[in-house]
Amino acid sequence: MKSKIMSKLLMLKSNPCSPMFIRLFSKSPQCMATHFKFQPETAHLDGETAKMNLFQAVNNALDIALAKDPSAVVFGEDVSFGGVFRCTIGLQEKYGKDRVFNTPLCEQGIAGFGIGLATTGATAIAEIQFGDYILPAFDQICNEAAKFRYRSGNLWECGKLTIRSPISAVGHGALYHSQSPEAFFSHCPGLRIVIPRSPIKAKGLLLSSIRTADPVLFFEPKVLYRSAVEEVPVQDYMLPLSKADIVAEGDDVTLVGWGTQVHVLKEVAEMAQEKLGVKCDVIDLVSILPWDKDTVFNSVKKTGRLLIAHEAPLTSGFGAEVAAAVQEACFLSLEAPIQRVCGFDTPFPHVFEPFYIPDKWRCFDAVNKLVRF
Amino acid sequence: MCALSEETVVKMYKVMTQLNSMDRIMYESQRQGRISFYMTNFGEEGTQIGSAAALSSEDLIFGQYREAGTLLWRGFSLDQFMNQCYGNCEDLGKGRQMPVCYGSKGLSFVTISSPLGTQMPQASGAAYAFKRQKNGLCVICYFGEGTSSEGDAHAALNFAATLECPVIFFCRNNGYAISTPSREQYKGDGVAGRGPAYGIHTIRVDGNDVFAIYNATKAARDICVSENKPVLLEAMTYRLGHHSTSDDSTAYRSIDEVRYWDERDSPIARLRYYLVSKGWWDDAKEKVWKEQNEKEVLQASARAEKKLKPNWTELFKDLYHDMPQHLSLARKFW
Repeated sequence: MKSKIMSKLLMLKSNPCSPMFIRLFSKSPQCMATHFKFQPETAHLDGETAKMNLFQAVNNALDIALAKDPSAVVFGEDVSFGGVFRCTIGLQEKYGKDRVFNTPLCEQGIAGFGIGLATTGATAIAEIQFGDYILPAFDQICNEAAKFRYRSGNLWECGKLTIRSPISAVGHGALYHSQSPEAFFSHCPGLRIVIPRSPIKAKGLLLSSIRTADPVLFFEPKVLYRSAVEEVPVQDYMLPLSKADIVAEGDDVTLVGWGTQVHVLKEVAEMAQEKLGVKCDVIDLVSILPWDKDTVFNSVKKTGRLLIAHEAPLTSGFGAEVAAAVQEACFLSLEAPIQRVCGFDTPFPHVFEPFYIPDKWRCFDAVNKLVRF
Repeated sequence: MCALSEETVVKMYKVMTQLNSMDRIMYESQRQGRISFYMTNFGEEGTQIGSAAALSSEDLIFGQYREAGTLLWRGFSLDQFMNQCYGNCEDLGKGRQMPVCYGSKGLSFVTISSPLGTQMPQASGAAYAFKRQKNGLCVICYFGEGTSSEGDAHAALNFAATLECPVIFFCRNNGYAISTPSREQYKGDGVAGRGPAYGIHTIRVDGNDVFAIYNATKAARDICVSENKPVLLEAMTYRLGHHSTSDDSTAYRSIDEVRYWDERDSPIARLRYYLVSKGWWDDAKEKVWKEQNEKEVLQASARAEKKLKPNWTELFKDLYHDMPQHLSLARKFW
């Protein structure tokens, strides 16, 4: 026992604030705890609310969409019985088999079928079971859906297509149940990519996505399906698609993230306030494509220090785009090099997940670097 | 033998030969550097016109790239074809795509895209929507035997069968996918052999017999519309021309082979013999029509060539429904 601790201590070369040190000596069992703390928000809307988690909020949005739009159909693998994440529960019973139905197991088929439905003017809401499996649909999404309107001179379009898919780390998902593929698609003009951080955001953003006249990839952080619970307005409401949210305010450092990572960054902001006396702007991008440059630029011009964090690997992750755009627009405002805290440039590992994800310790470490530069 | 009127059959012949003329002149236009690229339909006029004639004008067409005859049948003008090829200011596609990527909302022809087979599951989806809309229409999806190897083809057939979509999958088996002959494309019983495996009504047809194509397409349409089920139709034909202006097929097939098909099984020749035998056509009419045809095509080409290109700002438009800020900024600072 003693030699084990000794060897661990000997391994450590850096200061006690290092993420490795803290992780090795922290007490919570890694397989049970999440790396973030979901803090519910209140909706800025009058009217009745109901306690909903993220999958219930998604389900509610789909229910409303199906109720109000007779052309709307929901389809994908296993959606009939309710879906592997329960997002489509009860919908087939309510709206019938011709409107809520299983497709064969074929992502390229789901995407192509959805595009075809949408070109006739029908509202097509497709589900890809895991974002890790969206790649077979890449051709349909990027070569077809994204370019449909442009290449036809606006004669044809598939704006009524929405493709929903669960993404991101879930604690034990490993290579093929944890991916965040937003960067791949961010490189494809013509798509919209939306990532909600909470049930309230998910319902409003999904309804906007379904109703917007552009094809949308709606990526739902799967770890939030059950763990994120809020009082969600029961009415039909929509939230703006291309606007980032400032979820915490401060003048010293800008923290940018999306999805689950927003909750990590909120905690990092609290840690920074407590341990470093530093106040952070925390920005949820909400939309990856198109992304709200103005909100980020305005914040960085105020703080001069930027951290971008995402689970997806570092190289060519969406943080790279944000960093490049910020250095171009805010160069003279920068007080320190832009920090990116991301998944490592490896596939998403299983038992090593706690080391892989950009958790609060790694992010806090980066904030420290930013303020000490 | 044929229940079609003289008017209809003569129209079929005229459209087939007009397509042929347009192809010859546009191919030459590319060779002369007037347009950048072209694809001809030589040898497949029968499959295109025969099937188009059997459909309702509002049935939705998803094509691959060798279906200009279906558009011509529906009334797409020579000017409209040429405008797209020249990418001029009157191109419906606004100069954004290569030649032969035609599209027409009014004629229910979805704009052509280059990736092969992508149109197939889209056709299944569109047909599903039509079924729900109860509009009495079907969808037809054209594809080559080469494209039938793509994953999207499998997806499309399986989806159409399981979800019961009123779509005709029309395979133009013309013997070649660029240089790859069909014997290197599949080992089984062509494309038709796969249909029953999906649970799809299937027929194989002589693609160069315009009446056989007409009848088969009509029967397929009836199944689609009355039963909401897909049909797979494999039309056996032959690609007389090169794959495109970027191809010289003498590199992989003999001129003798091409001549054999042109002399022994030309859909245009076969229809002309029938017309003549019925007394609906003769050499004099042929001469007049040929001259009129060529003159009209040449004039349309000259008109299209003279028109200006679209405004450069079209580069930035129509990507999204509303132009996003980052694009309008890019356009401003170009």
